[in-house]
Amino acid sequence: MLLRHTPQEISERSALTINPAKTCQPIGAMYAALGIRGCLPHSHGSQGCCAYHRSTLTRHYKEPISAATSSFTEGASVFGGQANLLQAIDNIFTVYDPEVIAVHTTCLSETIGDDLPQIFDKAHKEKKVPPGKTLIGAPTPSYVGSHVTGFSNMVKAMAAMAEKGERKNGKINIIPGWVEPCDMEEIKRLAALLGVSVNMFPDTSGVLNAPMTGEYRMFPEAGATIADIRDSGNALGTLALGEWCSAEAARLLDSKCKVPCSILDLPFGLSATDRFIDALRTIAGTVVPEEVMVERGRLVDMIADMHQYLYGRKVALVGDPDQLLAMTEFLVSIDMQPIHIVTGTPGKRFEERIAEITAPMGRPVNVRAKGDMFLLHQWIKNEGVDLLIGNTYCKYIARDEDLPLVRWGFPILDRQGHQHFPTVGYRGGLRLLEQMLGALLDRKDRDDPESQFELVL
Amino acid sequence: MAPTDSAARRPPQEIKEKLLEKYPPKVARKRAQQIMINEAQGTTPPEIVANVRTIPGIITMRGCTYAGCKGVIMGPTSDIVNLVHGPIGCSFYAWLTRRNQTDAINDSGANYITYCMSTDMQDSDIIFGGEKKLAAAIREAYDLFHPKAIAVFATCPVGLIGDDIHAVAKRMKEEFGDCNVFAFSCEGYKGVSQSAGHHIANNQVFTHVVGKSETVKTDKFKINLLGEYNIGGDGFEIDRILDKCGIKNISTFSGNATYDKFASANQADLSCVMCHRSINYVADMLETRYGIPWIKVNFIGAAATAKSLRKIAQYFNDAELTARVEAVIAEEMPEVEKVCQEVYPRTAGKTAMLFVGGSRAHHYQELFKEMGMKTLSAGYEFGHRDDYEGRQVLPHIKVDADSRNIEEIEVEPDPLLYKPRKSEEEKAALEKEGLAFKEYEGLNPAMDPGTLVVDDLNQYEAEKLVELLKPDLFCAGIKEKFSIMKMGIPMKQLHSYDSGGPYAGFRGAINFYREIDRLVNSRVFGYIRAPWQENPELSATYVWE
Repeated sequence: MLLRHTPQEISERSALTINPAKTCQPIGAMYAALGIRGCLPHSHGSQGCCAYHRSTLTRHYKEPISAATSSFTEGASVFGGQANLLQAIDNIFTVYDPEVIAVHTTCLSETIGDDLPQIFDKAHKEKKVPPGKTLIGAPTPSYVGSHVTGFSNMVKAMAAMAEKGERKNGKINIIPGWVEPCDMEEIKRLAALLGVSVNMFPDTSGVLNAPMTGEYRMFPEAGATIADIRDSGNALGTLALGEWCSAEAARLLDSKCKVPCSILDLPFGLSATDRFIDALRTIAGTVVPEEVMVERGRLVDMIADMHQYLYGRKVALVGDPDQLLAMTEFLVSIDMQPIHIVTGTPGKRFEERIAEITAPMGRPVNVRAKGDMFLLHQWIKNEGVDLLIGNTYCKYIARDEDLPLVRWGFPILDRQGHQHFPTVGYRGGLRLLEQMLGALLDRKDRDDPESQFELVL
Repeated sequence: MAPTDSAARRPPQEIKEKLLEKYPPKVARKRAQQIMINEAQGTTPPEIVANVRTIPGIITMRGCTYAGCKGVIMGPTSDIVNLVHGPIGCSFYAWLTRRNQTDAINDSGANYITYCMSTDMQDSDIIFGGEKKLAAAIREAYDLFHPKAIAVFATCPVGLIGDDIHAVAKRMKEEFGDCNVFAFSCEGYKGVSQSAGHHIANNQVFTHVVGKSETVKTDKFKINLLGEYNIGGDGFEIDRILDKCGIKNISTFSGNATYDKFASANQADLSCVMCHRSINYVADMLETRYGIPWIKVNFIGAAATAKSLRKIAQYFNDAELTARVEAVIAEEMPEVEKVCQEVYPRTAGKTAMLFVGGSRAHHYQELFKEMGMKTLSAGYEFGHRDDYEGRQVLPHIKVDADSRNIEEIEVEPDPLLYKPRKSEEEKAALEKEGLAFKEYEGLNPAMDPGTLVVDDLNQYEAEKLVELLKPDLFCAGIKEKFSIMKMGIPMKQLHSYDSGGPYAGFRGAINFYREIDRLVNSRVFGYIRAPWQENPELSATYVWE
């Protein structure tokens, strides 16, 4: 038993987090920044932060993650990191020549109170930023919120670059939220099918699922361009996917450039995708094309065909708020029973919305924002489940409790596919179903007695 | 073997210049001192600048002091509760990511390696101080797990806001009575790399744990194995061999370690140092306080393993032990040689580069040599000058401001427990026979003339080296892995071994030969270009038949 010290009896903890269901802000900012074309993310703090974020993102994507650091020493920690950041900006533009440096702070630089706008100003005055190049900065104190907050803060910093011109550009901004590169691609594909001209940022597709070509390109020809991000101020409107990941940026675009916004759930599963497609249809003033209807029909078809294996199955879930809301809704809609739901990211609204979504189940549900995986495990020990959905760390719970596991979320360190096969949209819903059914039916085949072992399921 | 064509074509000086040409002048000047052409062989190896600050903005391979302390040294211990005081990230990223194996069948039946614990500091803790929360978290961990020990690790903001973690630890230890609580001031900004964290960890484990065991170790040939982290099961393989020889490893620092094993280290009669960089401080302190001499060993490479076993036998100077060691080597080597000969025709003449750690860039050259492979360039991520040039340079190393911040603890002989295991005469006699105490000759003498030794290699230089020298294999860590692979060059992680291991000892050598054979002869890099890219011009239209 690898988690043999986890007791069934739950004691409330006030100070100790065990097996967290979140990590810190800067890694989210780094991921978001990689969705800008020609961008080198930069971590303003000790070099260990940058090393850890790069390592985790690399393990998740099996792709090179380039990012630089201010490499604070004890002196910088006492006197401030301005000199380090100025030197870093100079070195980065000289050696790596990116279009953009996206700087995020850390708990260290936030605690000492380094002021990014002031340092950027000095960098410009000292001509350390070559003409046409851009600096973006986002405050991402690690002691507030979670990695999701950091993602949101970097996306907000992108939105802050928006400029309002004379004319609307005829496009819709889509802020896709913290989804995989392939999910971003899928969202663009769906929008294109509905004839909506889209300006998406950030966009990691093509950056973090790049082909092997025999050549290493630190800056692949992919990602949202600075010109497009600036132009987002001229859009007809913004669709922000995910309250936690994307809403702040959308609201800023609204207040700064008068671009109206709708905040939707991430389009995972049937109903959330329906709302996304409906929003696109309304914006485009068009009918939903047959192709999309066929995709939707296929998802409904598989739910109907396999309903007997899904009905009433209890599920425990752990992940990030936007993902969990959509996934919980999907599970409820296919008559599964999500009964233990944990995120590490704070937010009262999360618990309220889960309560609303699970109300039709007519039974109590354990839900916790600012929870951890230790608590989730204890809940499972007190009421068992048929399926566990979450990141790779769940495999320790799955092994100890002998549970089928679907890996979904961040980080996934031990399986492949998440960067290539989307789980958003109707086709993504099919993939989620395929994964859940695969896990449940593999377990059934393993556990059924020989007399009841069946060829056809 | 002769170097590859591309390497032969380019003199090392030219390569060095190419590595530096794009840098701003100040950066170029600094990097020039950290890139050394291995020219002077023999008595005085050339000087290299190492253990100096990383240059801001230059994409480094290095991590931080916390990573060296919590991640490297304390991370592999199974029955100590490791509690990180700070925002959540630091604990999260060091959670099970280093492939330290543990059998968790140890003296206390406890294994906390799978648990990630943190005080998850919030902004209110930063503003009002986090000591109360830390004390409460230690109490909660104690109530839940009742461990033998709780280790507390400081992250960057802790030092800045002035939380006195040592006072909190001391108070809690006194309160509990049956749980040792101690703390590490390993804030990430200290020092210049992981190396400072190793030193801090060495000091605190030595101060708070070593010598505290009540268990008396009665084995005849007792050693400590220092600087072995059981990545991919290396420590298991070394212990298998030692057990077979009748040598008892009573305390590994810190692969598969337990509290009691650390605490018993003072009972060994010899300390064997694997990774000199990360653990030499403990080796020195064990000698000063308890009279345990140390020797450098290396269990990476079959010949190196045999040599290290013989050194241990030589130290104990026992005919039966010597015979047993020889018998074990004779028993183990045929299988090793068989596999080596099997892969040799496919690996001989291939070239490698190694940029990793504070010892592995040196140790792994043994295995490559056995396979007939040549190391074109190597260097450490966080080594010091003595790891490159040998310990004779120690008196000449200038202590800079960054190193001065790291506490040096004064150790005196223990009034009760100090017992020199060998008299000065015995040591002198052994030295005369060729057994060197407290000696490490460093990486440079192991490298061929004209090869490049590069300290703190960065992303840009790595790419340039690969482009200019086109090695058949590149070894570094996870952050470097995929940019090298995208260039079509096989890449092996030598921090965590990707997925393989063990690579230490005899069976480890066999695993490594097979793994490297797989990598340097893989077909996959031949698929990068599509068939039609080879003949892009249409010379005829397709005729359907």
